[in-house]
Amino acid sequence: MSQFDFLKPKSRQIEFEQFDDRILTFVLERERSFLTCISCGGCTATCSAGNLTSFNIRKIGLSLRRGSINDLSDEIQKCMFCGKCTLVCPRDINIRNVVLLIKKRIAQLESEKTL
Amino acid sequence: MTEKRNIAIIGAGIAGQEAASVLAGLGYKVTLLEKQERMGGMLNKWSKLFPDFSSSQQILDTVQVSANKNLSVICNADISSITKENGRFELSDNSSLKVYADLVLLATGYNLFDATLKEEYGYGVFENVITSVDFEKVHKSGKKLTTLLGKEPRRVAIIHCVGSRDAKSGNTYCSKVCCITGVKQAIEVTRMWPDCEVFNFYMDLRLYGSKYDSLYLEAQKHHKVQFIRGRLSEISERQDKGLQLKAEDTLQGRPLRMNADIVILLVGMEACEQNADLCRNNTLDLDENRFFKSKNIHYARNISTQPGIFMAGSCICPMSVNETLESSRSAAFLVDKSFRSVQVEE
Ligand SMILES: Cc1cc2nc3c(=O)[nH]c(=O)nc-3n(C[C@H](O)[C@H](O)[C@H](O)COP(=O)(O)OP(=O)(O)OC[C@H]3O[C@@H](n4cnc5c(N)ncnc54)[C@H](O)[C@@H]3O)c2cc1C
Ligand code: SF4
Ligand code: SF4
Ligand code: SF4
Repeated sequence: MSQFDFLKPKSRQIEFEQFDDRILTFVLERERSFLTCISCGGCTATCSAGNLTSFNIRKIGLSLRRGSINDLSDEIQKCMFCGKCTLVCPRDINIRNVVLLIKKRIAQLESEKTL
Repeated sequence: MTEKRNIAIIGAGIAGQEAASVLAGLGYKVTLLEKQERMGGMLNKWSKLFPDFSSSQQILDTVQVSANKNLSVICNADISSITKENGRFELSDNSSLKVYADLVLLATGYNLFDATLKEEYGYGVFENVITSVDFEKVHKSGKKLTTLLGKEPRRVAIIHCVGSRDAKSGNTYCSKVCCITGVKQAIEVTRMWPDCEVFNFYMDLRLYGSKYDSLYLEAQKHHKVQFIRGRLSEISERQDKGLQLKAEDTLQGRPLRMNADIVILLVGMEACEQNADLCRNNTLDLDENRFFKSKNIHYARNISTQPGIFMAGSCICPMSVNETLESSRSAAFLVDKSFRSVQVEE
């Protein structure tokens, strides 16, 4: 280890070369509407879980689309499946189903011990 | 050579009137049909226009058709059908009116989105929620914008994309003029009340036109208007009739709650419901947004899918005043060209 390692904190860059699409592809194959998100935040504004915790459903979707799936498995558990997000979305995305699919895929990957 | 020189124009907004003046000036026989009692269309509702705060009335006066032996204007004529028989078009309203023409120009404009349909914003229920159209009315009256109780507002929120770019409203397209209207009205609010804070909630700011960005700069520099990127999920009313807004401040990545005294909803432009009626008995077609479909979006925007019927202004798609007038003159040019080519053939 170099003695100057402390000067190099963990990179904050989005590393597109490390794009992990294992969850994204699974979700998009089953819920095409997720393609059209414009990150308007309507869902987060109304989200039951988001008003009580740091849970941010818009950001989760965005992370997926940026190929970053770290720390997702704990975070996604916070969703309460109330469906309010789906009611406000201007792009008519079935967000509740997106969450369901993310959870499903995470469970698969975890059972394969690849996550 | 048969004299085929009769043109019927449906709609006497600025688009219809501008085309009528040009065509009557060229010597054609023009019948201008307007469903309202008076001409002028939506510009009758606006006070000052973006981007230069010139008065809407001034445009109306400039465009106003003048008496001309070639021009007849029929008001209270709500045209609901266009049929073609023996090479001529027959236009009729729901009573006994019948107008015959060789060529038809559609200039029927647009409708305003009905904000009560966005129930979560409480228009029509919460009294301090108004629309951009209501704001124009206040501004035009020369009064200052106040809360329902007649108080000076300390904070006003302006909401973009109400009834546009929203699958839930059935309109997925952008109305184009509301972002700049929102910036204009934000400035007008602070001119009325210099101490009032104004916040614009947007999904994307689309200030596409010439000189629009300088209005945006002016709003920031001289009026301290603040722009928050986030779509409102709902508005609720407090006991004192003040309003509470919920959105996500997406640039901060956190849910946001804000109190406001007045909320202005920037309502979008919709195609007229009657367009569908006008498409019956001919080959006129509507596009996916229910506006009249052009034969080609690049080189034949004013030409409809029915030979002999042309289009001008905001019945083609949302347009500003200057775009509408340009569209209208271009339609008039094509109508003239069409008459000439027929005569050459004959
Ligand atoms: C809130 C708001 C603010 C705006 N402010 C500005 C601004 O500041 N500056 C700017 O450049 N633009 C502004 N615009 C855009 C502007 O209103 C349009 O560019 C303009 O009105 C288009 O003119 P038009 O003649 O195409 O349509 P319209 O103004 O809609 O006129 C159409 C006419 O046709 C008539 N008609 C419709 N159907 C029939 C029928 N079947 N039979 C007979 N008559 C019919 C109607 O009664 C109407 O008189 C604003 C728009 C909105 C929504
Ligand atoms: S409301 Fe819909 S479009 Fe907006 S951020 Fe959420 S998922 Fe995306
Ligand atoms: S379904 Fe989940 S993500 Fe959607 S609003 Fe409810 S808690 Fe939030
Ligand atoms: S012009 Fe602006 S407010 Fe109007 S629909 Fe387009 S993005 Fe929304």
